[in-house]
Amino acid sequence: MIKVKLFGIARDIVGAGSLEVSENINSVDELLVYVRNEYPDFTRLNSLLVAINEAYAEPGDTINENDVVALIPPVSGG
Amino acid sequence: MNEFIKLTSEVLDPQKIIGLVKSPDSGAINVFIGTVRNATKGKPVTRLDFEAYEPMAVKEIQKIINLAKDKWPINAMAVYHRVGVLDIGDIPVVIAVSTPHRQAGFEACQFTIDTLKHTVPIWKKEIFEDGEVWVSAHP
Repeated sequence: MIKVKLFGIARDIVGAGSLEVSENINSVDELLVYVRNEYPDFTRLNSLLVAINEAYAEPGDTINENDVVALIPPVSGG
Repeated sequence: MNEFIKLTSEVLDPQKIIGLVKSPDSGAINVFIGTVRNATKGKPVTRLDFEAYEPMAVKEIQKIINLAKDKWPINAMAVYHRVGVLDIGDIPVVIAVSTPHRQAGFEACQFTIDTLKHTVPIWKKEIFEDGEVWVSAHP
C-alpha cells in the first residue's frame, strides 16, 4: 500500500489530504493511470506530476512501499 | 554565500529580508516583491489562499539558488514565501539578491522568481465574490 499526499486542486478532487492506494502500484506511470481512472477530473488538469521523497519523479520511476509520494498539480506560487 | 529560505504564515517584512543579504562586498541588492492584485483578467479578486508542500518547496527553492549561484557571482540570497490567506496588497513573496555589481543581481532575481513560479510546489487559489479557482490548474 502507498500513501499519496494531495495538495491544491488534487486535494479538492479527491476530497481528502491524502489517498491510500492498496492496488499493486510499482511506478509513477501506474499511479497516474490509477488516479485518472478513479478520479477522472485529474484528466482535465493542465499537468499532473508525481514527487517521490520530496523531489520530482520521472514517469518510469519506481515507487517503493516506504517512499513519500505526492501528486503535484500545476503549481502557481509567487 | 549566505542563503535564507523561508515559508511562513507570518507577514513578510521586505526591509528585514533585505537586511539579511546586505554585505560589505556587495555593490547592489536586487529585490523582487510580489503583491496581491485586486483582479485577474478583469474579474475582481477578494483574496488569495496559498498552500505549499513545505519540505519539497524548500528543497526546490534551494535548487533554484544553487542554479543561480552557478550562473552569477552572488554574495547572498533570500527567498521568502507566505502561505495562508492574503488580502489585496499583501506580499506573498520576497526575493533579495546581493551581488558585487547590479547586472548580475537583476538577472539572478528575475531567474529566481520565473523559475519559482514553474517548479516550486506552492499553489494559489483566487477567491472571488462568487467562487474560487486554483490558478493555472485547468486550460
